[in-house]
Amino acid sequence: MSQPARASSRFRATLDSGAFTVTAEIGPPRGADTGAVERKVAPLRDWVTAVNITDNQGASVRLSSWAGSLAALAAGVEPIMQLTCRDRNRIALQSELLGASAMGIPNILVMTGDHPKFGDHADAKPVFDLDSVQLLWAARTMRDEGTLLSGRKLNPPPHWFLGSVENPSAPPVDFRAARLGKKIAAGAQFVQTQYVFDAGAFARWMAQVRDLGLHERCHILAGVGPIASLRALEHLEQRVPGVQVPPEVSGRLRGVPEDRLADEGMTICAETIAALRQIHGVAGVHVMAVGNEHRVPEILQRAGVGGLAGSRAG
Amino acid sequence: MSASIAGGPAAAGPGRTSAGGPRPVTPRAPARSMYLLHHLLEPNAAYRRLAAWLDTRPRLRRLFTAAEKGVKREIFGCRMCGQCALPVTGYACPMTCPKELRNGPCGGVGADGRCEVYPSMRCVWLVAFERAQSQGRPGDLLALQLPIDHRVWGESSWLRYWQGRDEDLWADLDLPRAARAGRP
Repeated sequence: MSQPARASSRFRATLDSGAFTVTAEIGPPRGADTGAVERKVAPLRDWVTAVNITDNQGASVRLSSWAGSLAALAAGVEPIMQLTCRDRNRIALQSELLGASAMGIPNILVMTGDHPKFGDHADAKPVFDLDSVQLLWAARTMRDEGTLLSGRKLNPPPHWFLGSVENPSAPPVDFRAARLGKKIAAGAQFVQTQYVFDAGAFARWMAQVRDLGLHERCHILAGVGPIASLRALEHLEQRVPGVQVPPEVSGRLRGVPEDRLADEGMTICAETIAALRQIHGVAGVHVMAVGNEHRVPEILQRAGVGGLAGSRAG
Repeated sequence: MSASIAGGPAAAGPGRTSAGGPRPVTPRAPARSMYLLHHLLEPNAAYRRLAAWLDTRPRLRRLFTAAEKGVKREIFGCRMCGQCALPVTGYACPMTCPKELRNGPCGGVGADGRCEVYPSMRCVWLVAFERAQSQGRPGDLLALQLPIDHRVWGESSWLRYWQGRDEDLWADLDLPRAARAGRP
């Protein structure tokens, strides 16, 4: 049999080049068809370097992240496969990581995952056999030392570019930068953050990150997203744990007629991206426009972030 | 809700594995006294001999384990994972986190410090950070807590500690110097 194609990460190469890098979030469909992934990914091809494929986001069942990642790959956009600790023990997690590498998925994003309580199967058993830091460490050990947690040798070891998440605005705020350091030491080469709506607060966290020198050891992408409706605003304010929408943002959104709210949300998102881009150490942004993926190019345009035209050759 | 079948959340007791899984517990003893108490429990020849002797007396060992469980459940909401991380988590038990996170808080902590799963309770990692910081030991939380051994649930972690069986519970990561400041 053929050796697995050694997937090289264009995402990593773009970050290493120092270019401002954009990724976007794609939620796989609730159904046995990859067409939805391809449809969501297609308009982003010339705008984002890679797309995150979520792993049963919000603890609700969706098409698996590896299958969604392969669909994105087939549609011509590099996937970042998300992998949570919620649903699998260490045996399944390591197996999934091997499978991803063998199938040419070049990037993995490791996270703890939302508690089942928030999803469509609140009666499910929460697994959490490993936490995200332990999973990062296990994955790095698999790749760099070629061994499983059990110590058994892998032949051949997997390859991927390995990342994680952080939420700078969740308490204990003064621990979050040092905690990112812990994730980096465990194996995170890039990190994407939870939604940022307050660029000032994010800048203060980045100052702590720079004091620890972490921006030189890890690529940091700030998470952003447009709020497209009052319902979405209320959902973010009340239902998404750890997300804070500052009063200035909610005030602006509530202050416009409802038919212009989506547009105002895109403007705020674009302004946030422009502000984040000015912060030293920010390598790029991760745009989470769930249900509005097709709007990502326009948001980027408004933010003054160019597309990938020309850089895509080859 | 499932909790009401078990008599409501209050009846579930601190950290007990009842309906709904672990719940965050704020320790009922100040951090400072716990660090002091730790010195009394540090392994020495007498403790090692006691532990070895108890290993040969299963009934007494069960009694000892039950006593440890009673004390630690009252104070920390201990669930007897048998692999005690308390000395490096500000003496707040990470196994009472609904996600059983041993390496720090998740991203879902509310702005006011509430647990995302049980909003009436404070995040146990926020409590751990505050307690460790109050004792000048925030760097403790940066050690890599290795994956636990699920075969050890129910065993006495004191006996394991005295016999040196839990020495690979955590490891130092290659941390940048500045991040290690405050580490003992």
